[in-house]
Amino acid sequence: MIYEGKKKIWSDYQKEIPDDHYFYVRSCIRQSFFPASEATFLDITRNRLGKDIFETEHHTTCGGIAYHSDTIPQETVMTIVARQFALMKKYGYENYVCSCITSFGLYSEILETWHEFPELQEKIARLLKESCGLEFAKPKYLIHASDLIYKYRNLIAAQAKFKLVNAKTGEPLRVVEHIGCHYSKMFPSKGVGGAEYPYVLTGMIDAWGGEVIDYPERRHCCGFGFRQYFIKGNRSYSLSNTHKKFESMEPYKPDMIITNCPGCPYFLDRWQYVIAESSGKTYGPDGQGIPVFTYEEVAGLVMGYDPWDLGLQTHQVPVEPLLDKLGIPYDPAKKYLGKNGKDLGKPEDTCFCCSGII
Amino acid sequence: MGALCDRLKQDYRLKEGLNACINCGTCTAICPAAEFYRYDPRQIVVTVQNDDDEELERLLRSDVIWYCGECMSCVTRCPRKNAPGLVIMALRSLSIETGLFIESEKGRQQYLLSKDLCSNVLDYGYCVYPRRFDYAGHPEAGKVWQWEEQHLDDVFERLGGNLDGKGPGAMRRIPQEDLDQLKRIFDLTGATARMETVRKAGEKKAEELGMTLEEFEQAVYSKTDQRHLHG
Repeated sequence: MIYEGKKKIWSDYQKEIPDDHYFYVRSCIRQSFFPASEATFLDITRNRLGKDIFETEHHTTCGGIAYHSDTIPQETVMTIVARQFALMKKYGYENYVCSCITSFGLYSEILETWHEFPELQEKIARLLKESCGLEFAKPKYLIHASDLIYKYRNLIAAQAKFKLVNAKTGEPLRVVEHIGCHYSKMFPSKGVGGAEYPYVLTGMIDAWGGEVIDYPERRHCCGFGFRQYFIKGNRSYSLSNTHKKFESMEPYKPDMIITNCPGCPYFLDRWQYVIAESSGKTYGPDGQGIPVFTYEEVAGLVMGYDPWDLGLQTHQVPVEPLLDKLGIPYDPAKKYLGKNGKDLGKPEDTCFCCSGII
Repeated sequence: MGALCDRLKQDYRLKEGLNACINCGTCTAICPAAEFYRYDPRQIVVTVQNDDDEELERLLRSDVIWYCGECMSCVTRCPRKNAPGLVIMALRSLSIETGLFIESEKGRQQYLLSKDLCSNVLDYGYCVYPRRFDYAGHPEAGKVWQWEEQHLDDVFERLGGNLDGKGPGAMRRIPQEDLDQLKRIFDLTGATARMETVRKAGEKKAEELGMTLEEFEQAVYSKTDQRHLHG
């Protein structure tokens, strides 16, 4: 009964997602910490599924992190965003897909504000013309990159080499899905499934054979908080919020976490490391952490990409126990090699809380 | 009503974010910041709604408006469709424009945030740039990041990135003509002026406190009064 109710709620928040032809913009954080995830997104959509996803080197940050750290005015960020949209039009596209959740929320907010206050939209169009000589435009469809992978989830499943199941027992893996706050908390109608029961990641997990875990703090923020992380003196805010989530999910024994925001996988991964190093507490089985993934990484694993091509060696929580559970092969000797086998050494002390996993 | 309240009402985020607060406290119940800081968004919205310049000025001088993480969890839950997170953003902008931000420990942090984030945007076209994200300042990034930092070009090459390279790709070098456009946007829309306001206020405060700029930056980055937190 409750499950039926949830299905009805998310069905009220269906979102039209065009099948093809997108102008793609990157994320500052995903590029910095998960460059392979963006590469995987483009490889899957372009090369495995044959979609037209266009990128130009001329796009920039949307300014969202600077804006949400209150360092730039609203009109500044609006004009930067208007420039991004103008580039989309210049290159002949009307569907806009972004890698970043902060960007996605910001674009949604700005489009809404322009709709409510047309005089502000006119002003921004003038500022754009004056500063950049570009023509104002708005996307016909605004899509987050996880929306697209959600849209293609069954096509990905059709090409899957692995499922999110325990290879030894055949049981579905228990998966925590964590949605970035700015995906749909401000504008529930803009996200697949709304804000309370977003289906964007759940749909992927369902399609790829896993079992979604519900837990009390499922919708709690990862704790990024912009200024609350960048300033060292504030960082306990960020850590405390991640800690709250892990304490809440621990009794449900998750095998893995999948996220759609660029920052969340970084924080959920790194703060586990800090909690383990500072207190000895770990949240996975046998003194392990719970591996945290981007949705592109999970799609790549399901499709049979090499884990080290996906960048899983840059996670602080080791992924090997989960790869073993999934039955995904990997070569430990190649984990930290550079291109063409270049020796890059390896990180110091990569064991996780003295677990002995190297 | 007064000059400060009138200025605040000009902010589109206030126009969008505050209709009529019924003081129910749902925003405070859901707020991640209220969980750990001595912070009550309900009370802040009530203060704004009271339309009293003296009360508002106290708020703009205080630490409390800087506790919010702008996650916007409050927006989903408000039964009146208010957005306390947007109200906070409008308050912070006014606190910066009036120079009052520099009077609180948390507000003062804008000095470093402005310096670091705006220079990332203007110099590279990104809010975050990995060569400026150092392990020494971010030990929580772990030993894996320390290793990546030591081999950044090789790691990016291995993972399909394009660090400082030409053409598209992750962390590509954004062409100068595009950075020039960002600079013109900053100049035309008030970001450059805001950066200057924050910089000058920070330098003046450092002088008042008898600190060199380096000492001031270190204190702003690292120090925090435990009284910000719940006991």
